[in-house]
Order: sequence, then C-alpha cells, then structure tokens
Amino acid sequence: MRAGAITFSLLLYGILKTLRHKARRHPHFARRLAERDFTAQIRTFDGAVARYYAFRAGSIESKRGLHPSPDITISVASAALGARLFTPWVDQLERIEAMKNFDFKADGPDELVVWFTQTLSMLRSLEWEYGTDIGDGTRRYVTNTNGGPLFVYVKDGKIVRLTPIEFGDDDAQPWTISARGKRFTPPRQTTAAPHTLCSKSTVYSPDRLLYPMKRVDFDPKGERNCQNRGISGYERISWDEALDIVASEIQRVKTEHGQGAIIANHGSHHTWGNIGYYISAAFKFFNTIGYTRVIHNPDSWEGWYWGAMHHFGYSMRLGQTETYSTVEDLLKEAEMVVFWSADPECTSGSYSAFEGTARRQWLRDLGIEIVHIDPYYNHTAALLGGKWFAPKPGTDTAMALAIAHVWITEGLYDQKFVAERSVGFEPWRDYVLGRGDGVPKTPEWQEPETGIPAKDVRALARRWGRKKTYLGAGGWGNGHGGACRSATGIQWARALACLLAMQGMGRPGVNYGHLQWGTPIDLHFYFPGYADGGMSGDLEGTGMPISLYQRMPQLPTFNPSTQKVPRLRIPEAILEGKTEGYPWNGKTIEGQFQKFSYPAAGHSPIRMFYKYGGASIGTMSETNRYVRAYRTDKLEFVVNQSIWFEGEAKFADVLLPACTQFERWDISEFGGTGGYALHGQTQMNHRIALMQHKCIEPLGESKSDWQIFLELSHRLGLGAYYSEGMTELDWVKRLFDASDLPKHISWKEFLKKGYFVVPAPAEHERDPVALRWFYEGRKKDVPEPHPLPGDYGKQFLEGLQTQSGKFEFECSSLKRFDPDDPERPPIVKYLPSWEGTQTKELYERYPLQMISPHSRFSYHTLSDGKQSAVNDIDEHRVCVNGYYYWVVRINAQDAAARGIRERDLVKLYNDRGAVVCAAHVTERLPRGVVHAYESSAVYDPVGEPGESVDRGGCINQLTPKRSIAAKVTGTAVNSCLIEIVPWDGSGELRTAAVAAAPVRAKAERAALPTS
Amino acid sequence: MKKWNLVIDVAQCFNCNACAMACHDEYFGNEFPGYAAEMPRLGHRWIDIRQRETGRCPVVEVAYLPVTCNHCDDAPCVKAARDGAVAKRADGIVIIVPEKAKGQRQLVDACPYGAIWWNEEKALPQAWPFDAHLLDRGWTKTRGSQVCPTRAMRTLHVEDEEMQRIVREEGLQVLHPEYGTRPRVYYKNLDRWTKVFVAGSVAGVLDGVTECIEDARVVLERDGRALAEARTDPYGDFKFGGLEAGSGGYRVRIADERFAAKALDVALGESAYLGTIMLEPRAAPTRAAG
Repeated sequence: MRAGAITFSLLLYGILKTLRHKARRHPHFARRLAERDFTAQIRTFDGAVARYYAFRAGSIESKRGLHPSPDITISVASAALGARLFTPWVDQLERIEAMKNFDFKADGPDELVVWFTQTLSMLRSLEWEYGTDIGDGTRRYVTNTNGGPLFVYVKDGKIVRLTPIEFGDDDAQPWTISARGKRFTPPRQTTAAPHTLCSKSTVYSPDRLLYPMKRVDFDPKGERNCQNRGISGYERISWDEALDIVASEIQRVKTEHGQGAIIANHGSHHTWGNIGYYISAAFKFFNTIGYTRVIHNPDSWEGWYWGAMHHFGYSMRLGQTETYSTVEDLLKEAEMVVFWSADPECTSGSYSAFEGTARRQWLRDLGIEIVHIDPYYNHTAALLGGKWFAPKPGTDTAMALAIAHVWITEGLYDQKFVAERSVGFEPWRDYVLGRGDGVPKTPEWQEPETGIPAKDVRALARRWGRKKTYLGAGGWGNGHGGACRSATGIQWARALACLLAMQGMGRPGVNYGHLQWGTPIDLHFYFPGYADGGMSGDLEGTGMPISLYQRMPQLPTFNPSTQKVPRLRIPEAILEGKTEGYPWNGKTIEGQFQKFSYPAAGHSPIRMFYKYGGASIGTMSETNRYVRAYRTDKLEFVVNQSIWFEGEAKFADVLLPACTQFERWDISEFGGTGGYALHGQTQMNHRIALMQHKCIEPLGESKSDWQIFLELSHRLGLGAYYSEGMTELDWVKRLFDASDLPKHISWKEFLKKGYFVVPAPAEHERDPVALRWFYEGRKKDVPEPHPLPGDYGKQFLEGLQTQSGKFEFECSSLKRFDPDDPERPPIVKYLPSWEGTQTKELYERYPLQMISPHSRFSYHTLSDGKQSAVNDIDEHRVCVNGYYYWVVRINAQDAAARGIRERDLVKLYNDRGAVVCAAHVTERLPRGVVHAYESSAVYDPVGEPGESVDRGGCINQLTPKRSIAAKVTGTAVNSCLIEIVPWDGSGELRTAAVAAAPVRAKAERAALPTS
Repeated sequence: MKKWNLVIDVAQCFNCNACAMACHDEYFGNEFPGYAAEMPRLGHRWIDIRQRETGRCPVVEVAYLPVTCNHCDDAPCVKAARDGAVAKRADGIVIIVPEKAKGQRQLVDACPYGAIWWNEEKALPQAWPFDAHLLDRGWTKTRGSQVCPTRAMRTLHVEDEEMQRIVREEGLQVLHPEYGTRPRVYYKNLDRWTKVFVAGSVAGVLDGVTECIEDARVVLERDGRALAEARTDPYGDFKFGGLEAGSGGYRVRIADERFAAKALDVALGESAYLGTIMLEPRAAPTRAAG
C-alpha cells in the first residue's frame, strides 16, 4: 500500500472512532446521530481504499471495503487526494478544485449527503465555546445589526437585554486628532440605532411568522384563486408540504414555461451578515435555480449616479467621491460646513448608528460655521444649529446656479484649479451668466423658484466663496438620499459637483463631507463587506471578484437567465408583459447607458415570484401598482420568505418563516458594506469585526434563510452544490479564515469573545486626504482600487475617470451618449420639476409638495409595525383611538387653512392613492411643503387592496412611478404633489369634499406645563 | 453617602430615543422582583421625550425634554402610597415595589410630572426605577446613559454636597421646583424648554441691491433700559434668547451707520421672529458736505 492509501485508510478509520467518541461526550451529538438510518460509503474511484458507515438508531457499524448497497457514496479520485481532503485542516482551494473537476463527488439523496458531511464537520465544532458567562445563569453573546453591534444577554434561552459594546482594557485604543489646539478622541464603545435597540420587541413580535403557511384557497393542483391574494386567510402547513410545493412549483414553471419564468427579489437591510444575508445565501440559491433578475435602481444615489458621475467619474462609488481622511482635514482646516439635503442625525449614515454624532459635536467645539439647506428643519439642524435655508422641494439647483453666478461675477472661486484641473468651464459659465438664453442665473432669478430671498443667497455665496468650506451633501456627505431622489435630482447633484469643483475640491478644508465618512482607521486590515458576496459564489452581481474570491475559494455561481426587470417596473412586467430600463452598473461610467428590455429575447414571461421579505409597498413608488400586480393570475405562484407577516408578505400563496439574525450564525463588520461603498467602515469610530452568535434557537418552526434555501436545494438535487457540504457555522469559520483576523486573534478566542477591535494606525500611517492628489496634480495615492485600470486615459493612477481625466463641467460621456437630451444636457442647466410648483394644472389640484425621506426610527421597514417599541415614539407613529398611525408633518398655516389640528387623522391623496396619517403641525416646514417618512411596514387597506385608503401609512402609494428622466431608471419619490384633508373615516380613495367631522384623538395624557 | 442622580442636557437631546428604547428593552419581557414588574409591550413610556417647537419658519428652535421618574427626595408618591408600596432607598432611588403596589392607582395621579404609568393588565402603577437592579449589581450608569450618543444623559453617583456643587457650577435646574418635591433628576440648559426668543433679519439697499446687513448693532430694550446687545451675522440675523414667555413689551433698536436707525416694538408671547427688517436710507444731510 502506498503512503497516501495508508493515510486515507487510517483517516477513514479515525472518523469512526471520533464519531463514537464525540457521541459519548456530547448527548446532543448522539441524538443527531440517531436522526437518520442509512449507510454512507467513502471510497476512492477504484475502490482500493474504502470504508462504509452504517447508521442504525444512533449506533454506527463500520467496516473497511465496499458496502453492497450504500445509500450515499462519497468518492475521491485517488487515495492521495482523499488523504488531503479528509484531514482536519483542509486546503479550501484544493477542495474546490477537486469538486469542480469531479475528482470529489457525492452520489445519493442530497439531504443524506449533506447531513453526513455536516455531521463530519461537526466533529471539529462540537467543543467550540462561545459567549461569556456573566453569572446568575446569564450568558452574554455578540451580534451585529445594520444599526450597530450588540451584546446580547440571554437567560433560559430567552433574550434578556441588548446593549452596545463597551470596550475592555484588552481592546485597542482609538485614534486622536489634534486640530487647532484641541484633541479629539471618540468614545471607547459602539453606538446603536433605535431600530436596533428595539430588536427584542421585534424578535418576540406577535407578527412573527412561526410556521409555514398556505393561503386557504390556494391549491397548486387545482384552483389557485390568484385574485384573492391579499384578501384570503392562511392555514398552517408542515415544512415538508411547504418546501415540496415551492420546489415543485420551481420545477413546474421551469419545465412548462422555460428560461426566465421565475422572478426573485430581495428587500434590503432586514437583516445583516456576510453569510446569511441576501447578497450571499439568497444570491447563491437564486443563481443555482436560474431566475429573472430584478435590477435595483441606485435608489439612494440616483442624482449622483445618473448625474454627478459624468463630471468626475467614481462610477464604482455610484457617483460619490472618495472620502479618505476627510474627518481630520475638516477639523483642521475647514471654516464652514454646508449641509445640503443632509440629515445624518436622522439617517445615521445608513449602517453606522450614531458613530458620526459624537464627531459632529466637535464642530461646535471648534466654532465651525454651519449652514443647512433642506425644506425641513431637520434633526441635524435642530441639534447643531446654524443658518437654515428652506428651498421649495426640487428647486435647489436654481439656488446652486445663483451661488455660481455670484462666484463668477465676484471672482470668488479657485480660478487656478478650474483652469488646470477642469475642462468645459466656459460653456457652463456662459449659461450661468445668461449669455446664450439671455437669463442670468442671479440670486434674484432664483428667488421665485426657490422661495429663498436673493439677499440671503448672495450672503451665503459670499460667505462660502471666502471661507474654506466642506460641502456635506446628503446623508453620507458625498451624496446619498434626499434631493437626489427627486425629478430634479440629477441636476441638483451635478450642480453641487460643479460648485465644489469651482472651490477646488481636494484643497485643504475644501471637500465633500460632514464628518460622517473619513475617520482615520486602518483600511489595510482585510475584512470583507456584505456586498462582497459572502458564500454566493456570484462573481457578476457582487464585489466578490475584488478580493473575497481569492481569499475564500468557493464554487462559483452564474445565473443562466439574462432576463432582467427594473425593480420600479415589476408591476408593468407582470401586468403589461413589457417594460424596459437602464441598469445599475457601476463598473464604468458607460455602464448606465446599456438599456435593456423585458421580456429578454427568447425568454419566458415571469410566472412565479420568489419574494424575500415584504417591503415593496412601503418603499417603492406608486405602490398600489405592486398590490395590483400580486392579484393577477399572470403570476401563477407567489412564495414569500419572510420573518414577519406584514406588507406584501400578505399577498403570497405560500409563506416560509425565516428567523431573525439573533437565531442564526453569521459574521460581519460594523458598517462593513464593501462593494459600491468600499471602505464604508470610515463612518465608524473603530473598525470592529464581529461574530454573530446564534444567541437563541429559532422561534417556533422558523429557520434561517440559509437553511431554508438548503432544504429547497435538497429537493432540486442542488444541496451539496449550495452548501458545499458544510454548515452555516463552517461558512462563518471560512470567512474568518479568509480575513486578516487570524493574524491578530485565534478562532477560539474570537468565537468566545465575539468581537475584535482593529487597532487604529499611527498618525503617520494614516491615509492621505481624499482628492488632495487631484488638487495637487499628482498620481492617485488613496487606497481605492477604482476606477478600472482601463478607465485611465493616460497613465495608470493619473487623473479622474472622465474622458479628459479632469473635472468636466461639460461632460464628454453625456455628449457621446446623447448631446441633445433636454433632461441631461452636457452642461448642467435648471429645468423645473415635472411634478412641482410649476406643473400648473396638477399643482392647482394638489397644492402640497410632499417629501418622504428615509425613516429615522425604522430601517426601511425593519422595526416598524410588528408592535415593536418604536411605535410608541411620537415622531414615528402616533396612537389615536387605539391605532398606531404614521405621522405627516404639515406647516401650521397650511394646517389651519384645512381645519387640521395636532394629531388629527388626515387623508393624504392624489390620483395615485390615499393614505391616512396623524398630523403633526409644525413650523419646521415652509408653507406648501409636507413631510412624511417613507417605509411603513404596515399596509392596511380599509377596503379592497390596491383600490382603497390605506391606514397603515405606506405613503409611497402617492409618489410618482415616473423615472427621474426618460433615459435613466431612477426613483423621484421626493417630487410628489398631494392634497390633505381631515379624514372622514371612509375607505373611498376619492371623497369629493370633507363634510363629516374629522376623526380626532380622544383626550391625551395631559402635557407637562412648560412653566 | 453617595447617592444616585441623573443629569440631562436639554441642548444635547435630539429625540433619538435611544434611552427610551434601552429602557423598553430592559423592562419589556423582564421581571425584576423587588424592583419592577414587566413593562407592557406598548403604551408606556417610562422615559418620555417631549417636544417643543418655538419660533416660525425659517427661524425655529426645537427642544426635547426627556421626562422620567424624578426620584424625588420629597416624593408625592411616597406620601400617597399605602402599605409601603413606594420605597425611598438610602441611595436616593425611589422604587414602586411591584409586590406591594397592586391596585394603587392613586400613585399615577400623585405624580405631578406624569411619570407614573398605569399598567392596566397588572393593575399596577409603574415608573422607571433608575435601573436600580443593575446598579446594585455593579453597573455604574443607567441604560439610558450608556446608549446616549451625545452624552446628554449622565448618571452621577456622588454625595449630596458634591451634587449641589455640580448644580451650581453647571447651572442645573429641576422640573418645577415650586412643587417642592426635590427631584434627583437635573436638567442642563432647561431654558431651551422654557424660554423664548426675539429674532429678526436685517436688510437694506446698497448700491441699488437689497443685501443682508451684517454687523448692525441691535439692542433689546425693556422700559427704556437695554437688556442685551447683539451684532447681526452675515445673513443680517440676530436673536435674543432666554426671555420669559408672555413677558410683554420689548423694543428692538437697530443701528447701522449706513442707514437710518430703526426701532420695533414687540409684545412677547411665544417666540417672535420679526421677519426681514428693511433699514431705510439715512435722512438726507441737512447741509452740504464740506
């Protein structure tokens, strides 16, 4: 016998001894061994080395050689290979290679194969310890959420409390920035968003789906009653029945209709982690079954992606610039910060809890001037103070052009920078001065558009032109959210880009930001972000090819269908059978020009919808469309895999109950996004990699998303391919191994403690300031692997991604694409909103402009509804006569003119729908503007779904479906005209006039007297 | 001995509700015998953040006031309690003892701050017990203090004399001292909740163009006596804060050498934003120059 054969043979014998030994030591493992009665054979292809294991009622009988009729067989090409693959420390790359080359195979039912291989892998993990015993039977675990990391205290299998993580003495010390004689250091703990702190109430919500369910009048073999979706009730069914229905429907539509018949779509941000999140497990599963992909629009970037990108590139950041070390630069150099459509104290940088809040306090310590431009006196303004400008929604571009006009006419801009680092300034300057159209874009010109007095704009322009100023645009400071999500979002983002270029972007004290991004943390420590694809194997739709694929070899996955549907056009695709769109593709600037059509050539129309989560009605636009699309037999089957019974989950035929992230394993980094938000960790004060312990067992019969996909895969013969034979925890360990964590902390310690704080770099090791290289005309020196090497015009790392390599006031890419597009001309111009104060006829009928920013207390629909604790926050929902209503904010004079008082129930309506909210009467809005957050989780039609008043608060029923511009696919939800009347209690979409007495709150708890 | 106190900075509270959520997290679904029975899922706000807006668009101020059990040293609830249902601990904390307080609805009405909540299901009055069960096990701050992103809520464990020194140094106040309840919850910058302002925006025509007038001298007068003086900022804005609501007649005088002096009378109820105040040109000189 050769050495390999002896080793392999001994290893196979060792497996037997270890199985028996571990079963004696661990009763739960012994119970697992009793779950299946079957025989597994392991062998070389030629049978020279072989051993079988027969499981019978928990005992194992095993012999060398071949069994006559094994249930499953795992075979390897040679004994030498077997010896390497069955050692405890297997080389993942070799394992993957062997599987891809069919040198390492499994035959027999998938479910048994995976049970067996998972059982073998548990031999390693049985003794792993996790969590910290803190006495009295309480154990403290760790998890991470999209609103910050948590310590999770668990007693008797139940979550007791959730707290942020306070660092211990053994955790790394934070950075310190010295600026203007002061020293600034962040607190040594993490922060947590309200939508995270309320998690106990959502985990134990009465709205949890705890069992698989089937709509009572849905029969996959008979009457489907698709028209009753959203109306009929549900009955509990077994997991086997539910999974069998879903698996057989997948097979049926594929064989009956062909390629593309399944559409699958995930919501965003209802959970967190690198393994079990949508961009990992779900992508892998959907790729393996083949599906019509839903192309999400760059919904929080719109204007930057479709607009600003053409001026300066940064396609890989979707049109937002780099932000390295801007916190230090701002604190040291800036004299003023302009927050423009920016409310970081509301949206928390999306994933970064209150990490930026502590830093923004330092603005006051240093006496840095602050300006806010936002129709709403937002939370950042309310906290920090400063000068507030409230332009009418959608008109900000006019204000920006007037600022440029003052700078040009008074010489208040960086003329050297403009001459040396930009192209195309002259035609834009001429437009601003009115040389072509005879209309100089003066402060006086903008006044009737924006409602902002000319004198104020002039004063701002002069102040800005004379002071080193950071432009904090959107929630991240370099874009994101707000005015970019409107009919004029493209021109707004473009105009802001031009303003900052005029001031010399990258000059000390002149850059994008409001201390939200750009902390001096160590970005050279590798830990992947969630958008890097986890275990998806998806090289096309995630950030995996950059680093993770090399570091964590895994079976690749590719979607065989090339059919695509824009997320904003799913209803049209279903109901009309035809639609088109422009893609979210940040690889190059030109990626966004690649128009696509549905149906794709040779593909089937979509017949089955696999929906993952239930957020569409609260978060898309004109969302009664989605309700109607669900209620048609053009969709033969709808399955929704959801944690909670809410929103569009109530329109499914079969419901698969997923558990929360507190009930499953995962691993992640605080704010670690990766992908298009590379180095998003610089929103955090500390880099922290975290275990997501499985803190409690899944409630009811719910299962992790990962496990649900696995069990469906078993039924399709894809189980081994999907899981690679491993458990969720194995995948977590693989990701740990792929990161830089093992250089600093052992798996054993990391698993037990649950987190690792990455040491901050020494002051001299900090990254260079964003765009300084460009300002100074040097090669790029920040750690950003963008743009693609082929996108440099001259030398690698020289200049921007634009054709000229310079900032382009006149955009070459738009000239190439369509120089005559009135909505996106090569230079940015002011074009009034297609839904706003200038659309006369509509404005007469609906004289209120509604803006609907991202919600403050829920993350999209996560944590709203569900009887969660945030419902008791008056700013989020208000309880009127026992029902928790969504809140709309309305100017006091507008309210008085309509007979609306504080907390009255009011109906918001336009031609698209009607929603009931509770009124908050305020002076934080100018006349004519109303404010209601988007993202209600509750859709509660008072009459027929899709055709009646909703009292759940999904105000996106009112927002326009129209794309920002004809040649892009982007949402314009902040351009929305409505009317508001006191609600008469009726469910009718349209009531002619208000006759009945308004529904008013009963006497409330007496308010505290103010004096 | 050292006692527990809470200090809340009204200027630093921005209604994020992290403290309220942490409080809910601590008491919803949990029972702490001797300290607190379970809080209902919905309807109770043991830390209740109230909101006040003052001024008018575009000059407004927003203040938030977290109101909770004040752990009064002379607590009305202690007096209203039967059978020792409310305990005042030596360390200052007031506990509504869940085992003894059943049915004692009068406690809800006894609290002048509205900080005691009635649990319908348990027939129990409930309030925030200062997280005493955690402090007794070695915690050094409350759940709300731990999660407050602006450090607006500080837990202080100090001798009463030391606390009084801090009160003086930081200008802390309590809610309604006239109630005589001697709260252990103190507020910094409480003026933001109670006081009002007078503000305006000064403009004038320079070289034929309407401009914001920076650095104009603005004096707030009452009964002919100057109370405060300010200079307008680059936007021509001025603001006098810290005034009593409903305090009646004031005069605002504005002076800039390029314009005629101006005076406006204000009858102050709530905060007054006077809007744009146009300065007129100086009266023509009475004699030719030179």
